[in-house]
Amino acid sequence: MPSRPGARPRRPGMWAIRGPLSSRQYWLFAALGLLAPLGLWWVVSSGATVDKVFLPGPVDVFNRLIKWYAEDDLLSDMGISIYRVTTGFLVSAVIALPLGLLIGTFRPVQAVLEPLTDFIRYMPAVAFIPLVMLWVGIEESSKIAIIFIGTFFQMVLMMAEDVRRVPLAQIEAAQTMGATRGESVKLVIFQSAKPALLDTLRVTMGWAWTYLVVAELVAANSGLGYSILKAQRFLQTDKIFVGILLIGLIGLVMDQLFRLAHRKAFPWLHLRS
Amino acid sequence: MSPKISIQQVGKVFGEGSHRVEALKDVSLDIADNEFVTFVGASGCGKSTLLRIIGGLEYHTAGEVLANGQPVMGPGADRAMVFQHYSLYPWLRVMENIKFSRRLRHGRENLTSAEVEAASGRADALLSLMGLNAATHAWPNELSGGMQQRVAIARALMGRPEILLMDEPFGALDAQTREVMHDLILHVHRLEKPTLAFVTHDVEEAIYLADRVVLMAPRPGRIDTIYQVPLPAEREQDMKHTPEFLRLKKEILARIRETSGMETDQNMLDQLNMQEAI
Repeated sequence: MPSRPGARPRRPGMWAIRGPLSSRQYWLFAALGLLAPLGLWWVVSSGATVDKVFLPGPVDVFNRLIKWYAEDDLLSDMGISIYRVTTGFLVSAVIALPLGLLIGTFRPVQAVLEPLTDFIRYMPAVAFIPLVMLWVGIEESSKIAIIFIGTFFQMVLMMAEDVRRVPLAQIEAAQTMGATRGESVKLVIFQSAKPALLDTLRVTMGWAWTYLVVAELVAANSGLGYSILKAQRFLQTDKIFVGILLIGLIGLVMDQLFRLAHRKAFPWLHLRS
Repeated sequence: MSPKISIQQVGKVFGEGSHRVEALKDVSLDIADNEFVTFVGASGCGKSTLLRIIGGLEYHTAGEVLANGQPVMGPGADRAMVFQHYSLYPWLRVMENIKFSRRLRHGRENLTSAEVEAASGRADALLSLMGLNAATHAWPNELSGGMQQRVAIARALMGRPEILLMDEPFGALDAQTREVMHDLILHVHRLEKPTLAFVTHDVEEAIYLADRVVLMAPRPGRIDTIYQVPLPAEREQDMKHTPEFLRLKKEILARIRETSGMETDQNMLDQLNMQEAI
């Protein structure tokens, strides 16, 4: 087509490669992405041929949620699960943070700990259950121990990598201003790695939740994971749905809280949009 | 008067066995107090390594380096360094970056309250000197590359280092910004009187800034020629077009080409062209 005089290129549309998307459009698509599966679920489950035990509909699941809340103390199940995940995660974080800092800073520590950690992290956390029961018992601490085993080793390696990514020039600049080794670690390496470390915490928090159901295999009599397992025995498929969806929802909320903390704590990384 | 920096038969070997690389061999050079020396040379000539050895960030495997008459044993506040990039602290605002050395024990020890007050005044003065007043409370990643390097220089000057080492500090800047920075660093040199060792790959920059240009050659890294710059101490941009300047620039560029081992590359290029012709 011959170009007319005065013709201007149009603003690229949303389907241009890496094209723009207004925030209204973004939320529209996000809502579509969330509501479409819900609609599909509703349509499929309301077909006359589908057994409720096989696939309960959204309404059944919602009713079960209300019933669980009203009759079976849903809140205490949620509370105990959140407690287990958070405690296991925090114990991991408190130990992994200094270790990651040391591995990422001092080569001898890296040589001693990194191959070992790499080795252990490939061992399935689930397979540790018998050992955990043997060593830690069947108290609350055993559930926390399983979540710890599932998250700690990954966390250490990721944190060590975060620390290693601190630009050498930042460290060397401090040294040529007279910083001691301790000051370089405290005032430069740790400060510089902080945003990445918080991101690592956010990601590993998600993994801690995936180990919840496994952890509650160990002689639990409460919690979301335990409830899912129990519901399986009684073929309460709708309750399994409620449990899974709640875990997803709590995870999503925690993820958003981490993102909010990131924006508040590190404003220089969130200057635009 | 004894030299501010004295490099005596310095050698540096990286790696061992078949990976052994002789980065520097038998390098000797004296740099006088308040002198401005620039280092140029083909890649692999060891100019950055030499600067890092003076700064104590790299250790030499032969010879001796003296700064202020003392052997260099590691990095220290008497030898501040400015890097090409990524050296500012993005979590600190501009003013806090400049005052960073005040957070170090070395910067706090044995200070009278008058000295502490003087330090605040110095940070303000450096901010003005570098033309950063409007950026005092900005985050580093809000600034252009040129402004970021101004902050890095101010931060390096904060502790009144007697020696300032600069490793291609303007290498990532555009040509216009670089010219502005040249006059700024010359001004700083006149005002603060540090001894300046400056590594660059830009020959024009090397001549314009320096009292002496040290040309290094690779394989093994060594000093090839030292050029005295035949320009008045007060430099002006117009001097870049004078015959002396252009002659020296041409001479240095030719010598870098000769020492770079590029002849072999030219042979390869000819061979490729012949293959294409067939």
